[in-house]
Amino acid sequence: MSSRESILGAIRAITQEKKNLPELPSFGISEEIETAFKKSIEGNKGEILSEIEFLDWLSKSSWANVFSAVSAYATASTLELPQDPHELEDLNLAILEGQFGVAENGAIWLDDRQLPHRALPFITEHLVIVLRKSRLFPTLHQAYENIGDEHSGFGLFIAGPSKTADIEQSLVIGAHGAKSLRVVMI
Amino acid sequence: MSHPQAATEFLKDQAKAKWHDETLWFVRDKRDRISKTLPEWEDLRNLASQIKENVLSKLDSYLEEFEKNAVRNGMRVHWAKDAEEHNEIVLSILQKQKCTAIVKSKSILTEECHLNPYLEKNGIEVVDTDLGERIVQFLNQPPSHIVLPAIHLKKGEISDLFHEKLHTEKGNEDPAYLTHAARLHLREKFLKAKVAITGVNFAVAETGEFVVCTNEGNADMGVHLADVHIACMGIEKIIPRRKDLGVFLRLLARSATGQPVTNYNSHFRSPATGKEIHVILVDNGRTAQLAREKFKNSLKCIRCGACMNTCPIYRRSGGFSYGSTVPGPIGSILSPGLDMKKYSTLPFASTLCGSCSDVCPVKINIHEQLYEWRQEITKTHGELGKGLSMKLANGIFKSPLAYKISGNLMRTALKTLPKSLIYHPINSWGKGRNLPETPQESFKEWYQKNRT
Amino acid sequence: MNLNALHVGLFIPCYVDQFYPKVGVATLELLEKFGCRVSYPLGQTCCGQPMANAGYERDTEGTARHFISLFKDFDYIVAPSGSCVLHVKEHFPKLRDLEQEQREIHDKIFELTEFLTDILQVKDIKGKFPHKVGYHASCHGQRGLRLASSSEMNGTPFNKAKGLLENLDGLEWMTLNRTDECCGFGGTFSVTEEALSLRMGKDRLDDHEQHQVEILTGGDMSCIMHLQGIASREGRKVKFMHLAEILNQAIQ
Repeated sequence: MSSRESILGAIRAITQEKKNLPELPSFGISEEIETAFKKSIEGNKGEILSEIEFLDWLSKSSWANVFSAVSAYATASTLELPQDPHELEDLNLAILEGQFGVAENGAIWLDDRQLPHRALPFITEHLVIVLRKSRLFPTLHQAYENIGDEHSGFGLFIAGPSKTADIEQSLVIGAHGAKSLRVVMI
Repeated sequence: MSHPQAATEFLKDQAKAKWHDETLWFVRDKRDRISKTLPEWEDLRNLASQIKENVLSKLDSYLEEFEKNAVRNGMRVHWAKDAEEHNEIVLSILQKQKCTAIVKSKSILTEECHLNPYLEKNGIEVVDTDLGERIVQFLNQPPSHIVLPAIHLKKGEISDLFHEKLHTEKGNEDPAYLTHAARLHLREKFLKAKVAITGVNFAVAETGEFVVCTNEGNADMGVHLADVHIACMGIEKIIPRRKDLGVFLRLLARSATGQPVTNYNSHFRSPATGKEIHVILVDNGRTAQLAREKFKNSLKCIRCGACMNTCPIYRRSGGFSYGSTVPGPIGSILSPGLDMKKYSTLPFASTLCGSCSDVCPVKINIHEQLYEWRQEITKTHGELGKGLSMKLANGIFKSPLAYKISGNLMRTALKTLPKSLIYHPINSWGKGRNLPETPQESFKEWYQKNRT
Repeated sequence: MNLNALHVGLFIPCYVDQFYPKVGVATLELLEKFGCRVSYPLGQTCCGQPMANAGYERDTEGTARHFISLFKDFDYIVAPSGSCVLHVKEHFPKLRDLEQEQREIHDKIFELTEFLTDILQVKDIKGKFPHKVGYHASCHGQRGLRLASSSEMNGTPFNKAKGLLENLDGLEWMTLNRTDECCGFGGTFSVTEEALSLRMGKDRLDDHEQHQVEILTGGDMSCIMHLQGIASREGRKVKFMHLAEILNQAIQ
């Protein structure tokens, strides 16, 4: 008997009471959505920028290696996307587009369509995500309603720069992923 | 070492024990604060509990649904009835890939299966990439907490360790400095690894996808650069629908660390072109636990660690005192199912205060299961009961207390109380406490004199 | 409510009977001050909790039957102990032949605080107790009987004992750092895990001391016995009273 059969068989042999799957109510938030989203991103040690602020910041910084997957800022790219993501190990800045944001926790959803390489938001030293103000949902409940049964091979909720508190509970930004997250609200 | 012995050892370093207690209380406090910002918090707990109870009641069909969908998505699904088989499956995938060095993100399941030593014995270099796990790996220790693996270590200890292993500056304890050194060190490993192993936080039956949650991004750094992603999961990690993730992801990080959400929540559905994703579904005692009516609900656990942070015993004795892969309150109701004799002291390492049950996001009745395990343990392990009995016997009759007490209580009680109560090491009460004064008359005597 | 028509059975835990009879007296007098007709069945021994918690619930049938036979005919059963009441309600072995009596006892047994607030609906107690009081929320009473909200749960905060005590003249209810952490008694835990038990007790006492508590009170003498044992060994100044004693003393 395969392990699959023995495991399933062991489960089926147990008499169990029926337990219904509950319907999920749609909880909201009490705060204004854009304010709440901003507070969440900042609480996660990310930064919110307007487009003007972003362009200003971009013009003042001098990154050696930049890649923008957002066509509006294609001119910021200093390189062509390599076929092998390993070659992105020295990427200083990635500019990506987010599909929508979640106000209660600052989570931003991207899937394979926004990620020419799945490694991009992680391997880059600094990360910028461009998001439309009109594409904000109150909680993860509405977020998943919106995703629906969309099939993407990979999807990501990213809510801030990489971080850890593994050393005496002291928060350190920039563990293995991006050291910063700037969210450009347009 | 039994839990009481280990706890006594831990408490000998009073300053460190106090620091450990306060550090974990701080995490519990963060959890409290953020849970109170959601008016629907208790409703979410109820929903999560109901969803998980539904899962356990139909586990076989959800597993089959998950497998069907995952395979249709292009993933490979393996079934392992125990730890050995799980380890063999991992090794066989590595051997097929001709891979001898891997990276691994946090997976308590792989700890449970003792995967690292097995792979190392077979010539594979395993690098744990979560910062806390890398630290304990360097020290040859298991994690002491399922979410905060190195919570028992002070930055000075980590500084010394990194000086030795990573050649950081001697005496530099700055967490940012040390973390940055680990970042550089582990980056090399990420870039070289052909196979990456992760755990699974949630697997969705409806869509055949699974979710991995991290703050560091180490799981993703490993899998997106590797050719093969192996995801190891306990069979109880299934949830029915994609939208159920809304409930669980709202509860998980808030319960675990007091954050609104973990930084990265990666949903894996299909491998990238030319790559592979393998999911290993592991039983290793879970179907046996499912068959235990009083304990099956321990399988609702989503491994948040909130019960550990709130437990006054865990905070003052440390994860290692339990001697089990999963320590603390949840560990004490899971482990006796795996080896009752080895873990027999764990359900007694509790005052049954009930705080664990109150913080559990999926409403496992942990403190009640601790009580129920005590009943099971004394039934099966008579010798344990007898040992306790003998200590009790020596205790009560040796203790001056026994002689101070008026005969009435003992005599009446002895008629109805079993031997198990009579024999108790009451004399160890006196190590740090005075006994209560014996009053002139008992309440009964007062009542008889004054009210009848 | 015609209190005289109701007969209250007084249930005094075994260790209160032997070591803290004054708490039993205070409970009795207090209930009578509120107009209750109270009797104390002389044959009572122990509820069986120590054995059950040690893993021998199945051996407590004798004590359970004895308890049921003594108390089944009262309208209410009241005890100055949350853990004993919880034990009777939830951990008596199921006795098929006494199913109805067991169910009735489950519904009519109360810890003193909740009996006063929920059944007698006592409000606005008039009395004097000019002291700084620290409340120890015994775990079985708090999380088992829900005598007070737990700090870890999300809900409207409430505390039945506070409602009874805080309006006494001069009483100052002191806030603690950790309002409801366990004291470490835990029955047999107090001796099988002695080092932990002691550490937990000391931490509770430190919390009360840091907040200038003069009198530490609570609903369970088991916790108080443990804390008092540490305090007297260490020469700490804090004094201990069961809340029955405070209320009985304050109300004339």
